[in-house]
Amino acid sequence: MLKYIIPLILFLVMAVFLAMGLNLNPRDIPSPLINKPAPVFSLPILGQADKTLSNTDLSGKVWMLNVWASWCASCRVEHPVFNQLAQKRVVTLIGLNYKDEPESARQWLAQLGNPYNVSIMDQQGRTGIDYGVYGVPETFVIDKKGIVRYKHTGPVSAKDVQTILLPLIVQLKGEV
Amino acid sequence: MRIAITCLLLAFSLNCFSAVEFRKFNDPQKEQAYKILIDELRCLVCQNQTIADSNADLAKDLRRQVYEMLQLGKSKDEIANFMIERYGDFVLYNPPFKAKTGLLWIGPIVFLLIGLVMLVLFSRKNKVKTKTELSEEQQTKQAKVKALLEQGDEP
Repeated sequence: MLKYIIPLILFLVMAVFLAMGLNLNPRDIPSPLINKPAPVFSLPILGQADKTLSNTDLSGKVWMLNVWASWCASCRVEHPVFNQLAQKRVVTLIGLNYKDEPESARQWLAQLGNPYNVSIMDQQGRTGIDYGVYGVPETFVIDKKGIVRYKHTGPVSAKDVQTILLPLIVQLKGEV
Repeated sequence: MRIAITCLLLAFSLNCFSAVEFRKFNDPQKEQAYKILIDELRCLVCQNQTIADSNADLAKDLRRQVYEMLQLGKSKDEIANFMIERYGDFVLYNPPFKAKTGLLWIGPIVFLLIGLVMLVLFSRKNKVKTKTELSEEQQTKQAKVKALLEQGDEP
């Protein structure tokens, strides 16, 4: 009897591990930036190229950095979600326009709506590298002290906003 | 015909080189470091390619980053750490040995040992079985067969 049970148990253990592996998203690479200071940037503002925005301008605020581009198809998917979030006016939403043409970016926002308080342009993708961006869209939540507290890779869904982002924003706003 | 095929294959092979842009180095040591680094860093978009192999935009940007840092006199370790700080251990094809990556490194050895132990256990069991499981009837038959064999073809 034992002869049959041991291989069965081994098989079940393996099956559980393989099932876990199937459900993991290989694109979901844990960010080493969590609980570290947000990388410094100072980038020109989309639509006002002579002005720049730096992350130090945002200290004391809870803010979100959403990496987007007009060439990015999944950004279109999450865009309505951010439009809705912006209407709530609970958080400063900064767009990082990643490796994009300013003209196409402006058109994209005119067409689909602009949820961002400000969008900054990272045409070279250098700030992207500093934030470990590897798949647009990506979204970071940064607290009042300028520490990265959360990263979301891929399109944000309405459910993500309700279950993860909004509670986190409320919590971070409560922190001193 | 053979020449034609060779030419065709060579024409395809050109694509491999075109992925990587030409970088000029004054210092052969830096060039060496560049080649080693881009072969060790993973392209996170394609995941199963190094940034040397990949044509993805991110891979191009990371190659540029590596090149620029080398020109600024940064060492190989400094550049590798720069990448780990941003992308995590996953960016290295040879991740460092840590508690987090321990299973990755030790796992295969553990499985090999389990396999070896099983092999030894099972082969032992089988040996014992073949010796003991002959019934009396089988034993008499075996004796008969042996006798016949020894007798050979002689009438």
